Amino acid sequence: MTTSTSRPADALREGDSTPTTPSSATARKIGGLGGWVDDRTGSAKPAGYLMKKVFPDHWSFMLGEIAMYSMIICLVTGAFLTFWYVPSMGLTIYNGSYVPLRGIEMSEAYKSTLDISFDIKGGLIIRQIHHWAALMFVVALVVHMFRVFFTGAFRKPREINWVIGSVLALLAIVEGFAGYSLPDDLLSGTGIRAMQGFVQSAPVIGSYLVYAIFGGPFPGELIIPRLYSAHILLIPALLVGLFTAHIAIVFIQKHTQFPGPGRTNDNVVGYPVMPVYAAKAGGFFFIVFGVTALISAVVGINPIWGYGPYDPSAVTACSQPDWYMGFADGALRLLPGWMEFEAFGYTISANIFPGALILLPLVYIVLGIYPFVEKWATGDNREHHLLERPRNAPVRAGIGMAGITAYTVLLFASGNDIMAIKLDMSINDLTWFFRIGFFVLPPIAFWITKRVCLSLQRRDRDTVLHGIESGTIIRTPDGRFFERHEAMLPEDQWILVQHDAVAPLELEAGVDANGVARKTGHLDRARARLSHFYFADAVNPVTPAELAAAHHDGQEMESIEASGGPGALEGEKEPEASGPTRR
Amino acid sequence: MNEHDTPATGSEVTPTSGPGAPVRLDQGHVVGEGGVPERFTNPGLPPHTPRMADLGEDAAKRAEKQVATLFGISMLGTVLFIVLYFAIDVEQTVFIPGIGLTSASNFALGVTLAMGMLGIGFGAVHWAKTLMPDEEIVESRHPMRSSQEAREGFVGTLSEGGSDAQLGRRPLIKYTLGGALGLFAVPLVVQVAGSLGPMPQKSLSLTFWNGGPSGPGEEPEFVPLRLVRDPENTPIKASDVTIGSVFHVLPEGLLDLEVHRLEEKAKAAVLLMRLDPDIIESQKELDWGYQGIVAYSKICTHVGCPVGLYEQQTHHLLCPCHQSTFDVTQDCKVIFGPAKRPLPQLAITVDDEGYLVSTQPFREAIGPSFWERGL
Repeated sequence: MTTSTSRPADALREGDSTPTTPSSATARKIGGLGGWVDDRTGSAKPAGYLMKKVFPDHWSFMLGEIAMYSMIICLVTGAFLTFWYVPSMGLTIYNGSYVPLRGIEMSEAYKSTLDISFDIKGGLIIRQIHHWAALMFVVALVVHMFRVFFTGAFRKPREINWVIGSVLALLAIVEGFAGYSLPDDLLSGTGIRAMQGFVQSAPVIGSYLVYAIFGGPFPGELIIPRLYSAHILLIPALLVGLFTAHIAIVFIQKHTQFPGPGRTNDNVVGYPVMPVYAAKAGGFFFIVFGVTALISAVVGINPIWGYGPYDPSAVTACSQPDWYMGFADGALRLLPGWMEFEAFGYTISANIFPGALILLPLVYIVLGIYPFVEKWATGDNREHHLLERPRNAPVRAGIGMAGITAYTVLLFASGNDIMAIKLDMSINDLTWFFRIGFFVLPPIAFWITKRVCLSLQRRDRDTVLHGIESGTIIRTPDGRFFERHEAMLPEDQWILVQHDAVAPLELEAGVDANGVARKTGHLDRARARLSHFYFADAVNPVTPAELAAAHHDGQEMESIEASGGPGALEGEKEPEASGPTRR
Repeated sequence: MNEHDTPATGSEVTPTSGPGAPVRLDQGHVVGEGGVPERFTNPGLPPHTPRMADLGEDAAKRAEKQVATLFGISMLGTVLFIVLYFAIDVEQTVFIPGIGLTSASNFALGVTLAMGMLGIGFGAVHWAKTLMPDEEIVESRHPMRSSQEAREGFVGTLSEGGSDAQLGRRPLIKYTLGGALGLFAVPLVVQVAGSLGPMPQKSLSLTFWNGGPSGPGEEPEFVPLRLVRDPENTPIKASDVTIGSVFHVLPEGLLDLEVHRLEEKAKAAVLLMRLDPDIIESQKELDWGYQGIVAYSKICTHVGCPVGLYEQQTHHLLCPCHQSTFDVTQDCKVIFGPAKRPLPQLAITVDDEGYLVSTQPFREAIGPSFWERGL
C-alpha cells in the first residue's frame, strides 16, 4: 500500500500538514514551547480556558488571597528553618553568641533556635517572617470566613467549600500551636505543660492519653520530635491537600460576585486571569510577602532568648499563648473551679475539659453545620452566586456578630492578667465581668446587629422611595420650604432593590383538600419557628408598585412608609425629582 | 450585556401569593406581585469610564515610567540585600529610632527583602490598574448539576459495574470483602496506639518525695528527704527561713539524677514559705509545718503550671497561667479562679542538724486532675 505522492520530510504520515506559522515572533516562541508541552499533554485547551477565566473584583475577595499567600510564605520559610532546627530534647550546654545564656544547660531544640536567631546570618529574619506569616495566616483566614459568612457565600452550591474551609481553619490553629511549641523555651514549654493538663483532664482515658502523647511522664523526650513531625509533615500535608481542593472548587463553581447592575445569578462580571489577575493576584503575593518581611524587620516577635530554656518548675508572669489559642485559654480562665466533682471515686474535671478539649472542635463543628441549618430554616434550595449584602440577612448578621462577641469575650478573658495590670483593676472583677459578659453580651450583640441591619434596610427603602437628599432647600412661592430629592440612577437604585423578598415558612393548613386533618410533625413546627426567627420581621425591598405609588402621591406613600420625611408628614406632594445625577 | 438566554441557575420560585401570605414549607422565597412588574429589572452594566491612560498617550507613558520605577526599586532592593548580607556581621547591632537597639543584619535584610518584594508587587498592581484592560468581561454561568442523562449514566455505570462483578449474586464475596476492608487497618492502629507510650501505672500519684524516682513501674520506698534549694541544691536550715520569705524547693538527690530529671522536677517542685503561726487558720497546716514554715506543691491543681507568684502581704499564691488563687493561711484553699482543689501540703520537720526534712510523701496526687486520681 505505498503511495506515489511525495511528502515533506517532517510529515511522517500521509495527511500530516505543517502547522500554520504564528504571525509574530513572540507568538512563535510561546507557541513553540507550549506546543512541545501540548503535543505531550493536550493542555492547550484547558490552559487557554483557565487564562480567559473571569474573576469578579471586590476588596474583600483579597482576604482569602492573604491567607493563601501567608500559607505559602510559611511553607517556604518553614522549609528553610528545617535546615538548622534540631528537633531534639537531648540536653546540651549552650555556648553560642548570645552571652546571657552561655554555659546554661538546655535542649538541642532550644539551642538550635537560638543559633537560628543569633549565629546564622539572616536566620532571624526567616524565623520572624515565618512567625508573622503564621499569625497573618490565621487572622486572614478568620476574616475571610467572616466575609463568606456575612455575605451568605456559603449557600448552595458552596456548602462543601465552607466545610473544607472550617476544617482548614481548625488545622491552621493546631499547626500554629505545634510550631509555637517547637523552640522549647520557657514560654512555649509552659504552653505544652498546660496542654498536658488539658489532655489529662479527659474523662476515663486522660492519663493514658497523656502517657501516649508524651511517651511517658511529662515532659519526656519525645514531645518535641512528635510535634515536629506533626508540624512539618502531617498537618501541612492535610493543609495543602484541602487548600488545593478549596481552590479547585472555587474554579469549578466560579467566584461569587456582589450584586450590582449587570451582575446576575447567571453570570460573572469581572476581569480575565490573563493579563489582569495574573498581574494583580501575582503582584499581591509579593505585596503580602514584602509587608511580612517589613514587619519582621522592624517588629520583633517571640524573643525566645528572653525566656530561657524550659524548666517545669519555673514560669514567666503573664504567660500568654499566640492569639488564636487565646479564646480556649480564656474559657479556661473563666470556668469556675467548683465545676470539678467526684463520682464513685472518679474525678470529673468539668472545670477544664469543656474549655480545653471540647470548645475548639465545637466551634468548628458549629461553623461547619451552619449552612445546613440556615438552609433548613429558609427552605431555599436554589443555587446562589450573587452575594447578599449583610444588611439583607439581618438575623444571619446578628448570629454572626453574637458568635464573634462570644469569641471576643473569651479572647479578652485570656488577657485578664495583663488588663488587670495595665488598667489597675482587680483581676477578680475582670474575670467576673467576662464570666457574665459571655452570657449577656452575645444576645445584646445579636439584637443590636439585627436592629442596625433592619434600619439600614429601611434606609435603603427610604432612599429608593424618596430619592437622594440633595441638600438643596427650595422655597415655594407661598413661603413653604422643602428639600429637593433627586431621583436615583437606575444602576444605583438596582443595588438597593435587587434582592429577593422573603417571608417566613408557614405550617400548612390544618386540613387538606378533602377536609382531613393533616399531621404536623414536631420537626415541621420547629422548622416553622426557626423560619419565623429568621424572617418574621423582614424588611423587603421596594417593588415597582410601591415606588410608583410613592411618586404619585405623598399621602399614599405615607401609607407605605411610616418613616416618611417631614414633608410627607405634612401631606405635601412629593416635589418633582430633578434629572438623574451620578453619585 | 448579560446572558439572559442561558438557563437560570437560581431563578425565583413562581410566585403564588404576595409577601406575607403563607408559604408552603417546600417552597423558597416568594416574590411579591402587583399591577406593575413584580420587581425591578436589572439595568445592565453601566457605561465604561475610560481612565487617563486610555485617553492620552502622555498619561500612559507616565504610568509606564511609574511601573518601571517600581520594578527598578525592586531590583535595587535585591542588590542591596546581597551586598548587605555579606557586609553586615551577624552580631552587629544598630540603633534605629522608634525601634531601639536591634540586630543590624535582621533590620537590613528584612527591609531590603521587603523592597525587592514590594517593588514587584506594587509595580504589577499599578500596571494592571493603569494599563491593562479595565473593561469588565461577562462570562455566563451554568447550573452546577449535570444533565439528567449524565446522572443516569453515572448511576447506570456504577450499578452495571457492580452487577458485572457479580457483587449482588455472590454475597459471600461481598461480606468477606467488607470484613477484610473493615479490619485491615486495625493492626496499624494497634501498633501506633499501643506503642506511643507506657501505661501510667501509679506514676501520676507518686513523686520523688516518696523516696526516689517515681516513673511508671517504679515504687520507691519512703525515706525522709531533706528540702534543698532549686537550683543551688543546698539544704535549708529552718533558721534561714525568715517570716515572709519564699524558697523554691526540691527533694535532695533529684538534681543529681542522670535521667528523668525534668520529669521528676515536674512533679516534685515545692514552695516553702514562713508565716506567722498566729495567722495560720488550719490546724493541719500548722501540724504539717514547722513553726509556721510550710511546704506546698508548686504544681497548680488546675492544669499544672508552676504556681509562681506569691503575694507576701495577703499570703496568696497566684498561678500565672489561669489566675487560680490559693490562700496559704487557709491550707492553700482555692479562693479564686478555675482550680478546684487546694495545693497539696508536704509534711516537714527538722532533722538533728537543723535542716528541714520531709516526714511523709504527698498524701494525694499533685498537679492537674485526672480520672482515677481519687482511687
